[in-house]
Amino acid sequence: MDMSQYRGMFLEEAREHLQKLNEALLELEDSHGGRTTLDEIFRSAHTLKGMSATMGYNQIAELTHGMEDVLQKLRSGDIEVSTDIVDLLFKCVDSLDSMVNDITEGGSGSKPVGDLLQRLKSGPAPDTVPLPAGTAGAGDGVPGPEANESRKDHLSEGLEQNQIISVEFNEYEKNLIKQAIDQGFQCYHLVVNIDKRCVMKSARAFMVFKKLEEIGEIIKTIPSVQDIEEEKFETSFELIIISVESAEVIRNSLISITELLEPHIKSITGVFTNHAKRDSQEDEGTKPPVQPKTPENDDKTGNGKREEPAACPVQSRPKASQTVRVDTARLDNLMNLVGELVINKGRLEQIGRASELPDLPETLEQMDRVTSELQNVVMKVRMVPIDSVFCRFPRMVRDLARDLGKEIELVIEGKETELDRTVIDEIGDPLVHLLRNSIDHGIEEPAARVAAGKSEQGRLTLSARHEGNNVVIEVADDGKGLNPEEIKNKALEKGLLLPDEAEELDHDSIIRLIMQPGLSTAEKVTDISGRGVGLDAVKNKIETLSGSISINSTPGEGTKFKIQLPLTLAIIQALLVKLEAETYAIPLSFIAETTSLMPEQVNKIQDQEVILLRGDVLPLVRLHEILQVPPADVHREEEINVVVVKKGEKRVGLIVDILIGQQEIVIKPLGKLLGNIPVIAGGTILGNGQVSLIIDVAGLL
Amino acid sequence: MESDIQVISCTVAEEEYAIDIRNVQEIIKLLDITRVPRVCSCIEGVINLRGMVIPVMNMRKRFCLPDKTPDETSRIVIINWGESMIGMLVDSASEVIRLPEHAVESPPSVKSNINLEFFSGIGKLGNRLLIMLDLEKVFDI
Repeated sequence: MDMSQYRGMFLEEAREHLQKLNEALLELEDSHGGRTTLDEIFRSAHTLKGMSATMGYNQIAELTHGMEDVLQKLRSGDIEVSTDIVDLLFKCVDSLDSMVNDITEGGSGSKPVGDLLQRLKSGPAPDTVPLPAGTAGAGDGVPGPEANESRKDHLSEGLEQNQIISVEFNEYEKNLIKQAIDQGFQCYHLVVNIDKRCVMKSARAFMVFKKLEEIGEIIKTIPSVQDIEEEKFETSFELIIISVESAEVIRNSLISITELLEPHIKSITGVFTNHAKRDSQEDEGTKPPVQPKTPENDDKTGNGKREEPAACPVQSRPKASQTVRVDTARLDNLMNLVGELVINKGRLEQIGRASELPDLPETLEQMDRVTSELQNVVMKVRMVPIDSVFCRFPRMVRDLARDLGKEIELVIEGKETELDRTVIDEIGDPLVHLLRNSIDHGIEEPAARVAAGKSEQGRLTLSARHEGNNVVIEVADDGKGLNPEEIKNKALEKGLLLPDEAEELDHDSIIRLIMQPGLSTAEKVTDISGRGVGLDAVKNKIETLSGSISINSTPGEGTKFKIQLPLTLAIIQALLVKLEAETYAIPLSFIAETTSLMPEQVNKIQDQEVILLRGDVLPLVRLHEILQVPPADVHREEEINVVVVKKGEKRVGLIVDILIGQQEIVIKPLGKLLGNIPVIAGGTILGNGQVSLIIDVAGLL
Repeated sequence: MESDIQVISCTVAEEEYAIDIRNVQEIIKLLDITRVPRVCSCIEGVINLRGMVIPVMNMRKRFCLPDKTPDETSRIVIINWGESMIGMLVDSASEVIRLPEHAVESPPSVKSNINLEFFSGIGKLGNRLLIMLDLEKVFDI
């Protein structure tokens, strides 16, 4: 069977799982083996194994299989989570990553994995002594890993003994229930009988679900939820739910539903706790009795669990069916069509005004509302949470910090902030630069931090938030800050600054100098940063995205980079101008101001037309010449309209005929054939359906 | 069995040209064309085709033939070209013609009055001669 058609899907999902693995491993390292985290890692590795085996990528399957073995041992408590194990698992993930990349580039995804497999097989490294049996779950007997690990036969045995139900649980469900019980929930088995004469059984079932969801969490249904919804059951179905309420409360909540016979409700909490107790007693003989509601006692599942208490059962409800993957090209197409609809609506309105049909305006108003709603929705669909960029940083920060022997805590805020795809795709690299910069130069080594009276662990904050029509991203560290004197000296040394200029500059302006090309204040150049190409590249990138960047730094306290970006690059604010009969758009983000002047105010310096604008010499550019506008018989005003555009420190006055006004425009590419016109950034479609070209100010300067 | 090929016939300066129908997205009447500065002179400009901005190539200029002001019969043939679209401005375009494969001959070696570099063959239909366009070369500017 030809699998190539599934390759794209495989790659996308594989990347998602690799990302999950990375995140979960980081969490595992922090929490020293939270049970849920381990499960998550296991699931991802397992899925990856299945997927890759199906696709015939055997090396990936082999490696994930090896990982699974180790994870299994971790889950069973045979070996303990240690930095070495986590490092090994990270190495595996890296290896998987490179294999997946290889497949992306058309390779076969086979890389030598023998070494890693060997290390996975050889088990725990020297310093991770397997847990002695006596200390397993020391002193508590709470369903710890060894109890959770109990195979299905164990559990069903327990169930049979109690003679309650014949429901089979998988590992995942068992864990869920046990965690819930640990947190003080009760677990019930319900048999719901619906009246034989009922015509809409699924509707009744739905009401049952609704009611139960108000008071608890449905773990499992027999038959499956889907079958129940499709009425593939006779008159009764079974449910397993967890709730803090008593059986009586559950019964009462169901009684109000008509056509429902008295439900059978049995608590099966005991099945799980008794079973766990029996297990631990078997293991340890004379351990104290069970204390199911104190998970803190559990030394192995401790941290991870406490961090996310009641959330576990709720979050783990599968949500896969609520999202769909859509090719971005289709979204772009949808966007185009909506744009076209808006233009056509405009035309219809014009016709409506001309024809004066009485009913038309009302209908048009309706249509107006719907189209603008549609436009908003499509815009929203294109938005992606910035998390898709942020998510790869924790791993990067961890690795860098370890390489440099620093202790750094990365705090991420506002990762749910949404941005248009066009911006998301571009923002990654600049952020990597800034983070690396902070880790390398900002945050000091632990000893230096202690000497400065700070905690050993440095703090790096990455945050995103909306501010009006912009998104603000901040990278802040609590390191040593920038030293203005050092920067000033460096700038003088490199000839970027003249001595008399240096005297006049204030603190902020000096700090801004580090964005200049060729200036690096790091004493030692590392491979991480400090080659003097970083920050000016960041600044350039941000500016091409129509954004801005500013720095705030206090010596000894830290540095903060603040990036401001437009929400989308697909839609921008622009000033429409007329040159003879042609209309052009100038992006507003490049415009400093507009002004008008009389022809006699224009001077010439060395063949270059200039004007004096508030004492500064401003070079002028005649757009007519640059854009080769054919002269037309359009009435010329006496005055000259000038649009002052800026990029960085550079300013130029563009001479245009008429300023039409400000408008939101949708940027459209001109296509490959016309891709590289130096002064044109793209096209846009105006309200009248005509195409207008967008002037590339950066290219013009 | 021999297969037929289908082509769209269009005229440029009295010559009849043929474009493989598989490349043709649609044929439209003339729209407002926005001039684009600083590009090859054969690019007439860009048009708005249902929300997409598409470049239009003036075939008369491309073939270095005398230009003429577009009129009622002028058409833009929209070509699907890779992931983008390109418009070809021609004097007229109307017919879909089915040509048996054997009716297509390779270009003559003798020099004729038409531009040889752009065509891939000559199609014969009765006493009509259709110049088969090699789009790869036409769009290579």
